Amino acid sequence: MEGDIVQMGAYIGAGLSAIGMGTAAIGVGNIIGNFLSGALRNPSAAPGQTAMLFIGIAFAEAFGIFSFLVALLLMFAL
Amino acid sequence: MSSEPITGAAEVAEQSGGMPQLDFTTWGNQIFWLVVTMLVTYFVVAKIFVPRVSAVLAERKASVTNDIAAAEELKRKAEEAEAAYDKALAEARAEAQSIAAQARADIQAEVDAATAKAEAEIAAKQAESEKAIAEIRASAVESIQAVATDVTGEIVAAFGAKADAKAIKAAVAARMKG
Amino acid sequence: MAAEEASGGIQIHPMEQFTVRPLFGGTELHWYTITNQTVWMAAVVAVVIVLFALGTRRRALVPSRTQSIGELAFGFIRNMIVDIGGKDMLVFFPHILTLFLVIVTANLLSLIPYSFSIMAQFAVTVTLAVAVFVTVTVMGFVKHGVGFLKLFWVSSAPAALRPVLAIIELMSYFVRPVSHSIRLAGNMMAGHAVFAVFAGFAVVAVISPVSVLAISAMYALETIVAIVQAYVFTILAVVYLNDAYHPGH
Repeated sequence: MEGDIVQMGAYIGAGLSAIGMGTAAIGVGNIIGNFLSGALRNPSAAPGQTAMLFIGIAFAEAFGIFSFLVALLLMFAL
Repeated sequence: MSSEPITGAAEVAEQSGGMPQLDFTTWGNQIFWLVVTMLVTYFVVAKIFVPRVSAVLAERKASVTNDIAAAEELKRKAEEAEAAYDKALAEARAEAQSIAAQARADIQAEVDAATAKAEAEIAAKQAESEKAIAEIRASAVESIQAVATDVTGEIVAAFGAKADAKAIKAAVAARMKG
Repeated sequence: MAAEEASGGIQIHPMEQFTVRPLFGGTELHWYTITNQTVWMAAVVAVVIVLFALGTRRRALVPSRTQSIGELAFGFIRNMIVDIGGKDMLVFFPHILTLFLVIVTANLLSLIPYSFSIMAQFAVTVTLAVAVFVTVTVMGFVKHGVGFLKLFWVSSAPAALRPVLAIIELMSYFVRPVSHSIRLAGNMMAGHAVFAVFAGFAVVAVISPVSVLAISAMYALETIVAIVQAYVFTILAVVYLNDAYHPGH
């Protein structure tokens, strides 16, 4: 019985940590939106900054992946 | 996915429902094969792929440079040929013009000569005609004078006067001149 | 997820596909055992050899299709290194190119149904990330000696803040391999787990069309992710290496 409660808590925690993935998605959207608005103002400078864009996306996305990982750990590794 | 009996470490991982990635007993095996993979790939890339592509790119750059130089050369030749052609064309045109002028002058000279000849002939014929006309006129005057003298003598005789032929002749001549 | 339903119904094991198991019988997993992962690593090597070694065999001035692929990858990685770190970092060009080719090939091969996703294994990505980390650290000290530590000493910040910033910078430096490896493995694992989940739902006849459509859509997304994550891993390796070459802020 006690094990069931632990499992329930783990599943709830996994669901909560999935929120982190959503917020990471917001972050990635922010990055791309700002890049696009900047790129449309000055299209000639945009191609040189795509590498920075991808680095930024990678950093922002990493935290979404972390929360995904936490969710997986709670679900499967406990 | 697998129907065969699962064995060893994998079995432990699956039975606990955990993440197979965190089964550290497989890490040694994975890392060993990863290192092998990376080393083999590195030798393929570093010893075969990179030198080949570098050589190809360098060769392509060189050949493009050569082609551009050849194209410049050809362009220069074409320009030269064009200049020579223009020159020849100008010369030919000048020659044609001089030939035409010559021909024109020749024709003009011939025409002038012919005109002069014709004019001379015409003038000669005119002089002849004028002479003939003058003779005709003179003979006509003479015959009119004779007729007038005769007619005058007859008229005078008819009036019953006597007149000598000399006086009548002189009077007719004086009247006809007037 | 209904992973625990024992009898009937939907049984979804999204993590089962990442299991490393000995291929040719045997019960134990020694360090030399040939596993399903080993086979797919061999496939990666084979693809790299066919595309990039045999494809450029003719050294044609006007490239064939395979040679164009090779030249594309070559120019792509070379420009990336030159743009970020300058020409003196081209010493590492073959290493970075190897890294990129292995990751992108493994990621794309893992999209084949029933294949094995090599880059979803933490053992693999952690090894790669640690290799990058060690290379960066060693190169930093070889090139600049103790001066490499200026990387952590933000000289543009107010003097009072510098020690605090140094601690933060030091921490972020040591977190790098962690995020570097988990980003790649996590992305690949997430994509394949989602495939497995949708495929598990396809057992029910009513939702199977939705499930198949969803898998098709995910497949397109995962193709992009496979390439972008390889690119990101490579470009981050180059950026970290650039710190070793030009440590000042």
